[in-house]
Amino acid sequence: MESLSQTIRPGAVNFKSGIPNNNFIEEVLLCANLKLLAMQLTLEFGGGLELLCNSLKIHKVNVDPQDGEKLTMKHLLAWVRTNLIKERPEMFMKGDSVRPGVLVLINDCDWELSEQLDTVLEEDDVVVFISTLHGG
Amino acid sequence: MAEAAAKLKGGRLCSICNDRRPALKRPKTLEQICRECFYTVFEDEIHNVIVENQLFKPGERIAIGASGGKDSTVLAYVLSELNRRHNYGLDLFLLSVDEGITGYRDDSLETVKRNEIQYGLPLKVVSYKELYGWTMDEIVKLIGLKNNCTFCGVFRRQALDRGAALLKVDKLVTGHNADDIAETVLLNILRGDIARLSRCTSIITGEDGPIPRCKPFKYTYEKEIVIYPFCWLDYFSTECIYSPNAYRGFAREFIKDLERMRPRAILDIIKSGEDFRISASTKMPEQGNCERCGYISSQKWCKACVLLEGLNRGLPKLGIGRSRGLNNEQNKDMKLTDGTKSMQSKQCGTLDF
Ligand SMILES: [Zn+2]
Ligand SMILES: [Zn+2]
Ligand SMILES: [Zn+2]
Repeated sequence: MESLSQTIRPGAVNFKSGIPNNNFIEEVLLCANLKLLAMQLTLEFGGGLELLCNSLKIHKVNVDPQDGEKLTMKHLLAWVRTNLIKERPEMFMKGDSVRPGVLVLINDCDWELSEQLDTVLEEDDVVVFISTLHGG
Repeated sequence: MAEAAAKLKGGRLCSICNDRRPALKRPKTLEQICRECFYTVFEDEIHNVIVENQLFKPGERIAIGASGGKDSTVLAYVLSELNRRHNYGLDLFLLSVDEGITGYRDDSLETVKRNEIQYGLPLKVVSYKELYGWTMDEIVKLIGLKNNCTFCGVFRRQALDRGAALLKVDKLVTGHNADDIAETVLLNILRGDIARLSRCTSIITGEDGPIPRCKPFKYTYEKEIVIYPFCWLDYFSTECIYSPNAYRGFAREFIKDLERMRPRAILDIIKSGEDFRISASTKMPEQGNCERCGYISSQKWCKACVLLEGLNRGLPKLGIGRSRGLNNEQNKDMKLTDGTKSMQSKQCGTLDF
């Protein structure tokens, strides 16, 4: 369990230091297969999508890059589906992308301006998912 | 937040100011624009729609149909801003309907009450209980979850009109956006509902009736409405717990799929809806007034009165199913679908025109 103590630390520091709405923050640590390379990201769910993941809007997560190298949005979406979405995954994804009508912002920027699924993520990136499909 | 970390393709700048880095791609024009320019064009476009279509006259009293959801919350905010900025001279009010749905409506009404304070707009709430003697919870207890959205839609529409009359407003504005209208065009085509098809794209409806309705967001994409208040407007986003409307859900998904492939599709569908011409041989239902409550109706009794009669007599199925008897063909069709699994023709009212 040596890797566990190694990896809780960065999460805990960041947990205290930034982001408002501290109440909503959940730290998800994938203890089992966490490597030193794991990348820390902030994921935010809104517009009703938070209901699919324990009604928590903000999740601080550590995600392994695929092949121990890069982490793309495509990989992140698959990771979110497996690790965060607790119910009705079809409300969030369609095929290997988000369901049409779900907006994605990477560091406050529309992902349609970047490479979408091929966007390469880096440490401390903030990814926001908002559903447009709920309520008028 | 970290602008430096934006992962933009190429080093392009905002196509409007040519100065800042873009933050979003506009679905309507495919332009890449920055956040500051987005706020400006978003608000300016709505102002232009209001002016070009002469939606308001100075001195008018206007009710904003407010559900606490994103569309009506953004509408209330933008309209009160524009009213101030461009001196429309309007008296604005928030009008909400309390369907009596525990958990869902309680929370969204709290949102509207906060909006009342935030924007300084007086709020009027009308409830199904006071208007009809029944809450949605009580109706669902009686009829189950199958046809409840028929009640919800019919009752909400009337409730808004009655609330608007109580506020003595000249007009009612609703937050229907371009995606909503495209979806409604599609559904009206799928249902062969020519009367609604010709009405649903009009930016103002019911001008002959007591309280005209208008839709300032007719050309505003849902994507932009959702991004506009990102992080700072207070709105409520949960689906009505009584709205299992799969048919409308499919139509919505189809529209979103089209939008992903070609964002203009939404405006094109609205255009198609507008350009439909009704042939002279199609008989349109005549509008009269309900003999019972005086509400506008093409039948002897309005739909709400028929539904209420059923509830009060313990025959809740009364009035459910298609009752727009345009001709014998359709009456036959009505008998076939009535009682069986009818394609819910009226649903959770927010999208009903
Ligand atoms: Zn700009
Ligand atoms: Zn009536
Ligand atoms: Zn409903």
